[in-house]
Amino acid sequence: MRPLLKLEDVSYSYHTISGETNALSHLSFSVYPGEFVTVVGPSGCGKSTLLSIIFGLLAPEEGKVLFSSESSPQCPSDVPKKKMRPPIGYMLQKDHLFEWRTVYQNALLGLEVAHKNTPEAREYVLSLLRDYGLYKFKDKRPCELSGGMKQRAALIRTLALNPDLLLLDEPFSALDYQTRLHVSGDICNIIKSRKKTALLITHDLSEAISLADRVIVLSKRPATVKMEMPVRLTKQDNSVLSARNAPEFKDYFNILWEAMSDEK
Amino acid sequence: MKNNTSQFISYQQKNYIKKHKHHHTMVRVYRLLIFVLFLSLWEIAANLEWIDAFFFSSPSRIVRCTVDMLFKKDLLTHMGITILETLLSFLLVFLFSLFTATLLWYSKTLSEIIEPYIVVLNSLPKSALAPLFIVWLGTGIDTIIVAGISVAIFGSIISLYTGFMQVDKEKITLIYTLGGNRKDAFFKVVFPGSIPILLSNMKVNIGLSLVGVIIGEFLAAKRGLGYLIIYGSQVFMMNMVISSIILLCLIAMGLYLFIQFVEHGYKKKTGLK
Repeated sequence: MRPLLKLEDVSYSYHTISGETNALSHLSFSVYPGEFVTVVGPSGCGKSTLLSIIFGLLAPEEGKVLFSSESSPQCPSDVPKKKMRPPIGYMLQKDHLFEWRTVYQNALLGLEVAHKNTPEAREYVLSLLRDYGLYKFKDKRPCELSGGMKQRAALIRTLALNPDLLLLDEPFSALDYQTRLHVSGDICNIIKSRKKTALLITHDLSEAISLADRVIVLSKRPATVKMEMPVRLTKQDNSVLSARNAPEFKDYFNILWEAMSDEK
Repeated sequence: MKNNTSQFISYQQKNYIKKHKHHHTMVRVYRLLIFVLFLSLWEIAANLEWIDAFFFSSPSRIVRCTVDMLFKKDLLTHMGITILETLLSFLLVFLFSLFTATLLWYSKTLSEIIEPYIVVLNSLPKSALAPLFIVWLGTGIDTIIVAGISVAIFGSIISLYTGFMQVDKEKITLIYTLGGNRKDAFFKVVFPGSIPILLSNMKVNIGLSLVGVIIGEFLAAKRGLGYLIIYGSQVFMMNMVISSIILLCLIAMGLYLFIQFVEHGYKKKTGLK
């Protein structure tokens, strides 16, 4: 299978007057269509920088970020790079729902920005709100929602643009532990049921194992890929609790723990 | 959890509401009492000649003077002129400062170049510029409006620009992650997110525009409340001066309440607290 996303020897440094900070160094890995990949690594190793580079907010200083359509031979070379890549959705740490907009208006934000606010697109957003239990809250303000509902609304805002690849930058980190377990499971199931490809950044090893098809471990700064670990859990159902109760869970956790301990 | 929509109101809740209402009534009564006491004391002091009514006037003299000016000196025209000049200055300050703050937000380089000039101009006492405006623009309404603008404009640009820059950077990143550009970031995040700052800025600016207009009218007007104050002081008609000052207070309060009304309308529409 051809990867949807392929990073080849990607390096990136931040430059300030006081000096240069190497964030990523010759980083290479691939993500395949329909895969849910989690990325773990020590704090400040450059995980968020990695997502910014994949999305195109930052340009790599060395190396390439390739998408499946770019490696396609029939793709004309004069098509701008952003047009060639598959649609990408990006979820940030906080929900960033705007208080001056209702839940529905917040969900439409991406469509407005992309000039795709058509009646069909609006109907699609309403169907997403219906499917994920937010329809009766559509005219409410974000402050009237719980933390989990806010994250679901933020996911709907991202899904409204129908992305093929979702980049999730610790979207559950601002939630309390119990809500986090529920919401991470919910969101993972939503993404998998819609057959989207996802790359989730997290610093929670249990979360990384319970949600992922594969875990990528990054080294401390400048980050390189230290280890890739496919995850196969024997689960009773699709819940996060079931994943955490799987017999293999502890072994995976120990492997990741050891890999991460070397980076302290 | 008990809420205020509940049918049953507990004894403690009733007690709390009673105390709350009592506190507010007490504040209102004391406010009114201070006002009435002040006016009474002033009136008595003037009538018993503890103070010279020629210099300090008295409430009854001020009322008589105001009624007199209303019929004989076109008071309403003078007030109308001052209000018109203030509103024009305010509108121009609003538009120009919004435009400039937007430009400065768009271009970091431009803001770095311009910022020291705006800070220096803001620190300058604007009344010092008024004689220059008279020489440059004459003694018409233009001078007064420019004086009104000059008092509020630089502070307004600084506070709006600061407000724009304080918008959460992650919210701007969110717009970029949705495929937007800097224009989208401004119209979807920065501007709507800064409306509370814009409204509080407007409350300050309406007062400052009035200050600037009065400075302008002191020096270059033949109509307006500023003109009446200067004229009254030159001919020692202190009743006229104090009446005009009180009317200015009322105008300032009215303009402030107008902006507050706009603010309430916005908050009601958007549901913001």
